[in-house]
Amino acid sequence: MRIRKRNSGSAATPALLSLIIVVLVAVTVYVFASNLPWAVRPAPITSVGAEIDHQYDLTLAVAGTVFILSQLGLALVIFKFRDHGQKAHFTRGSNTLEAIWTTATIVLFLGLGLMGHKAWAEVRFTPAAPDAIQVEVTGNQFVFNFRYPGPDGKFGKLDPKQISASTGNPLGIDANDPAGKDDIVVPTLTVPVNHEVNLLIRSQDVIHNFYVRELRIQQDAMPGMVVPLHFTANAIGQYEVVCTQLCGLGHSRMHSYLNVVSDADYEAFLKQQAAGQ
Amino acid sequence: MSSHAHAGGSTVHAPMAEPSGFIRKYIFSVDHKVIGIQYFLLALTAVVIGIVLSLLMRFHLVWPNATLPFVSGGQMSQEQYLALVTMHGTIMVFFVLTTAPQGGFGNYFLPIQIGAPDMAFPRLNMLSFWVTFLAFVSIIAAFIVPGGAPISGWTGYTPLSGLGEITGPGEGWGQTLWIVSISLFCLASLLGALNFIATTIDLRAPGMSLMRLPLTVWGWFVTAILGLLAFGVLLAGGILLLLDRSAGTSFFIPAGLVVNDQLQAHSGGSPILWQHLFWFFGHPEVYIAILPGMGVASHILSTFARKPVYGYRAMAYAICAIGFLGFMVWGHHMFVSGMSPYSGFAFSVLTMSIGVPSAIKTFNWLGTLWGGKIQFKSPMLFALGFVSLFVSGGLSGLFLAQPAVDNMLHATYYVVAHFHLVMGVAAIFGIFAATYFWFPKMFGRMMSEPLGKIHFWFTFVGAYCIFMPMHFIGIAGGIRRYADASAVGFLAHLQPVHQFMTIAAFVTGFAQLFFLFNFFYSLKFGPKASKNPWNATTLEWDTDSPPPIDNFGGHYPSVYRGPYEFSVPGAVDDFIPQWVEPSQVARAK
Repeated sequence: MRIRKRNSGSAATPALLSLIIVVLVAVTVYVFASNLPWAVRPAPITSVGAEIDHQYDLTLAVAGTVFILSQLGLALVIFKFRDHGQKAHFTRGSNTLEAIWTTATIVLFLGLGLMGHKAWAEVRFTPAAPDAIQVEVTGNQFVFNFRYPGPDGKFGKLDPKQISASTGNPLGIDANDPAGKDDIVVPTLTVPVNHEVNLLIRSQDVIHNFYVRELRIQQDAMPGMVVPLHFTANAIGQYEVVCTQLCGLGHSRMHSYLNVVSDADYEAFLKQQAAGQ
Repeated sequence: MSSHAHAGGSTVHAPMAEPSGFIRKYIFSVDHKVIGIQYFLLALTAVVIGIVLSLLMRFHLVWPNATLPFVSGGQMSQEQYLALVTMHGTIMVFFVLTTAPQGGFGNYFLPIQIGAPDMAFPRLNMLSFWVTFLAFVSIIAAFIVPGGAPISGWTGYTPLSGLGEITGPGEGWGQTLWIVSISLFCLASLLGALNFIATTIDLRAPGMSLMRLPLTVWGWFVTAILGLLAFGVLLAGGILLLLDRSAGTSFFIPAGLVVNDQLQAHSGGSPILWQHLFWFFGHPEVYIAILPGMGVASHILSTFARKPVYGYRAMAYAICAIGFLGFMVWGHHMFVSGMSPYSGFAFSVLTMSIGVPSAIKTFNWLGTLWGGKIQFKSPMLFALGFVSLFVSGGLSGLFLAQPAVDNMLHATYYVVAHFHLVMGVAAIFGIFAATYFWFPKMFGRMMSEPLGKIHFWFTFVGAYCIFMPMHFIGIAGGIRRYADASAVGFLAHLQPVHQFMTIAAFVTGFAQLFFLFNFFYSLKFGPKASKNPWNATTLEWDTDSPPPIDNFGGHYPSVYRGPYEFSVPGAVDDFIPQWVEPSQVARAK
C-alpha cells in the first residue's frame, strides 16, 4: 500500500462547531422550558383555545425531540468522525434503515397532523348554534367596526353608496331598510361570558384580519366574502384585537378591544348603545 | 454545438474557438459559464441590496424615532418601512434565492457535470439572463418613481396591490413596476427551466445514466421542472393583476369596495383567486430555492467526509418526492384566508407528508457523515451549517402545517423565523458552500481558508442569534410587517428581544464583508488552483480551472461509475472519479 501523507486536520474546528450546536440546543430548550416572559402566550379563554394549546404542546414535544436528537447527532458525528488519520468506513447505505426511518416519520408526522384536526374541526367545520349572538365585524383602512343587529335581531341591508364615515354611517347601512334602524355600530367588541358568539367577518376595502391571541383564532376579512367564526369566551376581561394582514400604511395601528363581560353588563351595554342610536 | 454531445465516448475534437471582442465574450455571451457568472454577480449585487434593506428594517424596529440622513423628513415613515419589507422580500426571493443557486451555479455546472459542452439552447440561455436583468432593473426602478416602492409585501395581495395609488403610497408606479418585474422574471425563468430540462435529458455524456447523476444535477433538474410548472402560473397571475390595475378588469376585485370613501368601479372578481395563483407558484418557489442547496449539501458532505452519499437512490427519490408534493401544499399559506376549512384539512395532511422526504434527507446526511473522515474546509462548514439550519427551520413547519396551531401563529414572527431559517439562511448557506467549493474551478484560484472560516463562525452563530429568538416573539404574538409596535399593548415587552436580534443582524451583516473581501481578493491574488483541489469525483474536476470554452478542450468524457465513489475498498486512492476507466483505477496489491 502506498504511504500517504498524514494530513489530518486540527481538532479545534470540529470541537468548536460541535460545541456551538450543543449550546444552541441547550439555550433553545431552556427558553422553551422556562417560560421566559417574552416567549409565552397568554392563557386561552376558550375551550377550543385550550385544545389548540394542547396540540401545540404535543407538537412541541415531537418537534423538540427530533430537534434535540438530530442536532446533537450532528454535533456527535462532527466531532467523532473528524479526520484524525483514520480510514473512512465504506458504505452505500441500508435499505432496511431507510424503510424503518421512512415508516417512522410517516407515522409520527401524519399521526400528529391527524390528531391536530379535532380543534380545527371544532372551530371551522361545525357552524355556530342557532341561538349564538351574531356580531358583524368589518375591517377598513385602518379601523374595525362591530355591528349588532339590535332588538329586532336582524341586520339592516348594506349599500356601499351610502358609506360615509363623516356622517356616522361608516358601514353604509341602507337608510331605506327598517331592519337597519336599530343596528348598533361600535368600535370595540363586547360579548357576554360563556355565550356562544358568531362573528360575521368582512371587509370594505382591502384584506384585513381579526386576531385575538387569547381566542387562539385569526380570520382574514376577505373583500367580497362574509366568513363566519364562532367562539365562547369563558373569562371576563379585556383583550386586544389586532389586524395581522398587511393592509396599508396604517396596518400596525389597526387595533381594537374584545370586552368579555358578565350577562348583566352585556345587557347594560346593549341598552346604553340602543339609547344612543 | 449540441451535436458534439452525441458524438460518443472520449472522442477528441478540434477545440472550439473563443469569440473575440469584449461584448461577445463577456456581455452578450452564449457560453453557459459566462452566463452563470453573470447570474452569480447579479445575485451578489441583489443580496448586498437585500441585506442593507433588512438592516434598515431591523434598525427601524428598535429605534423608530432615530433621524436618518438619507430619509426624506428625517424619520422613517410607516410606508417607508413597508416598502423595505416588500422590496427586501422580493429582491431576496427572486433575485438571490432563485437566481444564484439555479441561474448561477446550475448554469455553470450542470452542463459540465453531465459532460456537455454547453446548454442545449445557448442563445435562449443568454436571453434568459438578459430578461432577468431587465426584471432586476424594473424592481430597482420602483425605488425612484413617484410614490416610491410598493408596500403590499412580496406576496402582492390584492386589492391592496390591485386598485392603484388610492390604497396607499407606493401602490401607483411602484406597484406596477413590481408586477412588471416579477412577470419578466417568470418569463426568463420559464425559458431557463426549458433549457435545463432539455440539457439534462439530451446532453448527458455516454455512461451518465440518471442514477449516476451527481445529486446537484438532480437538484437543478427537479428545480427546473418545478420552475416550468410554477412560473407560468405566476406570469399569468401577474398579467391579470396588471390588467386589473390598468385596463379596468376585475379578475381579483369584487363589487362594492369603498376605499378612502370612494366606491370602486369593479365587480365580479375574487381576491382569494390571486392568493391561489400566487401560492401555486409561491410554495414550489420555496423548493426552487432549497433543492439546489440540498443537492450541493449532499455533494459536499460526501466529498469532505470521503464517503459515498448514504442512500443515493433514496436521496434522488426524496428530491423528486419533495418536488412532487411541493405542488400540492400551496393552500397551507391560506388556512385563515376564508378558504373552505375542508381544503385546509387536505392541505394540512399533504404538508405534513412533505416532512417525510425531508426527514429522509436529514437521516441520510447524518448517515453520510457517520464513519467518515471529515475534513473541515470552508465549503464543508457551510454544508454542515446547511444541515443544522434546515433541521431547525424545517421542524417549525410541523406547527404551521396544522391549521389549528396555525390559527395562533399565522402572520406572526414565528412564520418569519420559520421561512428565513429554512428557505433563506439554509439556502444562503447552500450558496456559500457552493461558492467556496467551486470558486477554484470557476476562477482558477483558491479562496482563503482562514477568512472562509471566520466568515462561517460569524454567519452560523449570527443567523441563529437573529432567527431563533424570532420564534419566541411569534409565540408571544409578535405580528410581522408592523412598522411600529406602540399601538399594541402586548408587543411592548418584546422590544428587548428585538434589540438583541437587531444587534445580531448588524454583526452578521458586517461579517459578510469577510466573504466579499475573500471573494474579490482571491479572484486576483488567491493561490492557483489545480484541476482537482478537493480530490473530488465528478466531471467538472476532469477539466482545467477555469474550464476552456467547450468545457473539456475538445475531449468529451465518458462516465464509468456513480458520482460518489470515495474510500472504495481495494482502491489505492480514497476517490475514484467518474471519468476514470475501470482498467485505469489503481488497485492495492
